[in-house]
Amino acid sequence: MGMFQDIVSWILLTGGGFFVLVGGIGVLRMPNLYTRMHAASVTDTMGAALVLGGIMVQAGPSLAAIKLAAILLFLLITSPTSSYALAHSALLAGIQPDAGRAADPEDHP
Amino acid sequence: MYYAVAAATLVTMALALIRALRGPTVYDRVLSVNMFGTKTVLLLSVIAFLGGRPDFLDLALAYALINFIGVLAVLEFFKSRAARRSAERSRGEAG
Amino acid sequence: MLAVLLGVAWLLWSGFFKPLLLALGAFSCVLVLIVSYRMHLFDTDFFALRLMSRLIRYWAWLAREVVRSSMEVTRVVLSRRLPISPTVAEFDAHCEHPVDRAILGNSITLTPGTLTLSIDGQRFVVHALTEKGARDIMDGEMDRRVSQLRSR
Repeated sequence: MGMFQDIVSWILLTGGGFFVLVGGIGVLRMPNLYTRMHAASVTDTMGAALVLGGIMVQAGPSLAAIKLAAILLFLLITSPTSSYALAHSALLAGIQPDAGRAADPEDHP
Repeated sequence: MYYAVAAATLVTMALALIRALRGPTVYDRVLSVNMFGTKTVLLLSVIAFLGGRPDFLDLALAYALINFIGVLAVLEFFKSRAARRSAERSRGEAG
Repeated sequence: MLAVLLGVAWLLWSGFFKPLLLALGAFSCVLVLIVSYRMHLFDTDFFALRLMSRLIRYWAWLAREVVRSSMEVTRVVLSRRLPISPTVAEFDAHCEHPVDRAILGNSITLTPGTLTLSIDGQRFVVHALTEKGARDIMDGEMDRRVSQLRSR
């Protein structure tokens, strides 16, 4: 059991570290604000979930695991809210997302 | 193993700081500061297990709360400032 | 229901059982209940238990979606040419209830590669990292799943 637990949490932690790093590189490489936000959201969802999940497996069923789950739930609820607020206020400030438009008028199923 | 994750988180925090220093607009800086805060929460949870001190989890939770509220407050401030500026500009054009 | 949740949360967090701390905990629970009542939080039956099983099933689907699109974004970020094709998509959502629209907007933003720019009534403006992501959103599967979430 201990061996198995170690392997699972090792895999989760490695994956989490990888996704966190990818998000950091993406934030540096992307050309404009809105594309950078996509890269940041990778670290907020996959990175956080995998890292906290890995620690949770290591902690086993205890008070610490419940606290970690609460932190994860809180991060997953607040991060889209704050990035929506960021995107919306950037849009209101007149920063244009230079991109092709794809609008469908009425023929939405 | 924890050391590798902590190192990855620290590198990402450094990258976010570089973006915050270089970021052309204010919103880029807010984005990287928000990311920095999220990574701080992760780092605090990793440190809690690295040092075997579960109290750090409470700190991480409190930091997540403060980060969220802080980012929202800063954004609200910039939004009202942008609205005021555009109102002044349109008044200047009219007058 | 919320009162029980808050009380359990307080007991878990503090772990102390002295009378003074228990009284403080009860006081803060009552305070949160009063404030959320004044915010009209209970007007929408969001805390209904019968929604929970559907909500968990939706979260499982959403998690799968998040993993898939994370892989996509990772591939884009790590490739040398940075093959992005940013697209702004607009569509009308099916869901009418404010809670549904909040869930849909947050789910779109939570999925890496797509980002809600603005919600005006039922009109959603979504920014996608690649053109494929924009087409996936326009398919409207997420919209369909969210509007099924609360239908009886």
